[in-house]
Amino acid sequence: MTVSYENSKIIFDGIKAAGIRSISALPETWLGLLLQRAEDDPDIQLVQVAKEEEAIGIAAGAYLAGTPHVLLMQNHGFFGAINGIVSLAQLYHIPLCMLIAFRGHWGEPYPWHTRGGIVTEGVVRALGIPFEYAREPDKVAKQIREAWTFSQSSLSPVALLLTRDLMES
Amino acid sequence: MERAGCIEMIYPELGDKLVVTIMGACAQELYNLGHCDNFFYLQHAMGLASSIGLGLAMHLPRDRVIVLDGDGSVLMNLGTFVTLARYRPKNLIHVVFDNGSLLSTGGFDSQTASGLTDIAAIARGAGIEHVAAVSTTTEFGEAFVEALERDDLSVIVAKVAAVGPEHYGMDLQLPENAFRFKRWIAERKRAAERPT
Repeated sequence: MTVSYENSKIIFDGIKAAGIRSISALPETWLGLLLQRAEDDPDIQLVQVAKEEEAIGIAAGAYLAGTPHVLLMQNHGFFGAINGIVSLAQLYHIPLCMLIAFRGHWGEPYPWHTRGGIVTEGVVRALGIPFEYAREPDKVAKQIREAWTFSQSSLSPVALLLTRDLMES
Repeated sequence: MERAGCIEMIYPELGDKLVVTIMGACAQELYNLGHCDNFFYLQHAMGLASSIGLGLAMHLPRDRVIVLDGDGSVLMNLGTFVTLARYRPKNLIHVVFDNGSLLSTGGFDSQTASGLTDIAAIARGAGIEHVAAVSTTTEFGEAFVEALERDDLSVIVAKVAAVGPEHYGMDLQLPENAFRFKRWIAERKRAAERPT
């Protein structure tokens, strides 16, 4: 299985069509082609972090500055960012639009991803973060746009979980 | 040298800058001098003040951003120095008040207390060019003025005594602080775009 070139392009175009101008990310396999596009696009400011919790601070700074921003991370990185999500974003009513690579579920061949995949939905629910699964390429642009809109109106973190169906081909 | 004295010294310079502080004593000492809507107090999420500052600085390149950090907080997010070094925002001054203590949570020694761990050396090792380590109020003032005059990322590590304010409390709800801070930035941007 390889990362879907076509769908990575569809997601990146969806991010841009939603009016996003800034992306924070920590590179991971499923997000690699997306990040390459972000890096090559002069209209997108890409901030690569050393750990995902930093990206919560950077996203908060972008929001306060008035720049539309999304965060790209793996679900394991999301776990490492939870205190920032709770004690910065949720505490101060700062929206976050998170696109999360949902590793470690149906079809996962790698044992190291499986524990994280199994608990992801439960953790997202426990944190009260509204979420949806992105599975179909023809719907993902609309899902990104709607995730962005809802984050801004609810002043809340929201999560779009990018599934294997979408990310691999 | 006391942190409160350092903050009081730079307070007159902060009127037109975006200021992000960490929790506890640092936030309270700035607030006690008189709150302004361009001050954001991160009363939790230890470690992320400098990341918020980086996000602000990268997205508002024409504004100056000042982060007032502490040893306990920055030790929770040492990775921030490598990301700051990588993107090197010219408009960011990152002040780390190092009192060697987790003062706001009971005064336990932090890892810098023995002198073994050197935050300024960590910042330099991460690749930040302009790092000042100061231990007197005069040195702090000089380093801050140099940083203001320099058009480049600056880190100032200031050794301070482990003392804080006698009373804590703000007449400001946390989301209110974020809303007013965001509005201050938006109004400043609108004013800058208005023809003169």
